[in-house]
Amino acid sequence: MRYALAVALVVAGFLADPVPAAAERLVASLTNHRVMITSNYTGVELVLFGTVERDGVGVARGPYDIVATVIGPRDSLRTRRKQRVLGIWVNTSARTFIDPPSYLAVLASRPLDAITSADNQRRLQLGIADTPLPELINNDIGEVSNDPFRVALVRLLRERGLYSEEPNAVTFLTPTLFRAAISLPAQVPIGNYIVDVKLFADGNLIAHTDSAFEIVKVGFEQFVVDAAREHGLLYGLATAMMALLTGWIASVAFRRD
Amino acid sequence: MQIYLPIADIPVNVFLVLAMGLAVGFISGMFGVGGGFLMTPLLIFIGVQPAVAVASVTTHVAASSFSGAIAYWRRNAIDVTLALTLLAGGIVGSAAGVALFTWLRALDQLDLMIGLSYVTLLSVVGVLMVGESARAIIRSRQGKRAELRRPGSHVWFHGLPLKLRFKRSKVYVSAIPVLAIGFIIGFLGAVMGIGGGFLLVPMLIYLMRVPTATVIGTSMVLTFLTMVSATVLHAATNHLVDAVLALILMIGGVIGAQFGAHAGQRIRGEWLRLLLGLLVLAVGLRFAGQLVLRPDDLYSIRLIGGGP
Repeated sequence: MRYALAVALVVAGFLADPVPAAAERLVASLTNHRVMITSNYTGVELVLFGTVERDGVGVARGPYDIVATVIGPRDSLRTRRKQRVLGIWVNTSARTFIDPPSYLAVLASRPLDAITSADNQRRLQLGIADTPLPELINNDIGEVSNDPFRVALVRLLRERGLYSEEPNAVTFLTPTLFRAAISLPAQVPIGNYIVDVKLFADGNLIAHTDSAFEIVKVGFEQFVVDAAREHGLLYGLATAMMALLTGWIASVAFRRD
Repeated sequence: MQIYLPIADIPVNVFLVLAMGLAVGFISGMFGVGGGFLMTPLLIFIGVQPAVAVASVTTHVAASSFSGAIAYWRRNAIDVTLALTLLAGGIVGSAAGVALFTWLRALDQLDLMIGLSYVTLLSVVGVLMVGESARAIIRSRQGKRAELRRPGSHVWFHGLPLKLRFKRSKVYVSAIPVLAIGFIIGFLGAVMGIGGGFLLVPMLIYLMRVPTATVIGTSMVLTFLTMVSATVLHAATNHLVDAVLALILMIGGVIGAQFGAHAGQRIRGEWLRLLLGLLVLAVGLRFAGQLVLRPDDLYSIRLIGGGP
């Protein structure tokens, strides 16, 4: 069935002249699909590389533009604002954001405005400004683009290196071969990451593909986390024993009388 | 050398944390206090979340006070009855403190509470200690002898029911104020990540008239017992104790404490108290500045899920 459909499309492609939608195919991959956090982990850099394949049938367009969006695991966040109360600074108001990406990197070959129109950016949710970050307002889920809490959230996450928008991160090595470095700072959350790659030409989206990678704690680190989360009491007792043992060793080692 | 802390979720420099352990250990050995009131702010300063810092420091203080307690045990300078009575209050206090800690964290007010308690407690204790030791220094300059224990002086709460005889300390007082002191120390320890030695020692000396000889050893026993229970409670309820962080801290801490204790013996008691008072006051003022001055950033974010 699928085969028949493909044949039909190809035939249709030959008949209707030219069919732009089938002219290019985007192939992309990452250097590593599994980032392991070990005790000497201080962040990592992945490389996204890919190529634009032309089927040689349609008219080759160009120059090409690439926008790659890396989206980390989603988790709800609270943004809090301090205010002066009785002379001291206190968290007085807060907003809950429903499952924003914990990591968001928008890598492009040129500034987004040069790649496509503002309309297209909004429709395709390209760039941080057009990424939906729904928040909880009086038990309603809403989207306020210039809300100060949202602005602060994006700013704080940018400062921590968790949100970034780099208009020159994707480089074309040849007119069809591109690469981009994804830098993950040490504090990025563990979990599954999606890399969504979009190909543009003349301001239009012509192909897209995606890839994924995961960040996992392994070995001792994972053991500690599991122990702490799932067997809190035992973990606490073990930690306390460790403290007593250290204290005892010290008192024996430094005994002077 | 960077090492990744599994619970705090940040990489830290091992030597930096080790050096912090050594420095705080030195001070704690010198003055006979746990040093939690210095360690917690330092950890927060290097980027550990306040909640993880408080929870992990309890473990560190447990280790350093345990090694101190063993040393005093060998010198037979511990009043076991007194320590156990204080502990009974302390465990209840720890549980109440951990519960408050969990509740405040949910309300976004944990950082404020930690800050406020540090300011109030450290400023008050710091001022009292500086004042008392300055008077003692002036007195000794004038050639008079300091009188810490006035026989016959009797405060109303010594006469409450449930009288207990604390043999090694040679006092015969009601157990109620002793339990109350234990409760306060356990409570503050859990909320602020401090052992409370710098509070307990003056309380026992001035309020309960316990002789100085048994006070420090007894306070060490209590500190280590409350800190052990706070560690277990924090681990079981909030899952925030970072064992790797705690281990690095305690290794530095116990080594530093030995050198500190050595240095402490060369300084006269009232000067030691003056120095400690100034230190306590300085940390208190630092926290006060943080609360009163306009913060660089009015906004902060917190994960709602598993993380702090």
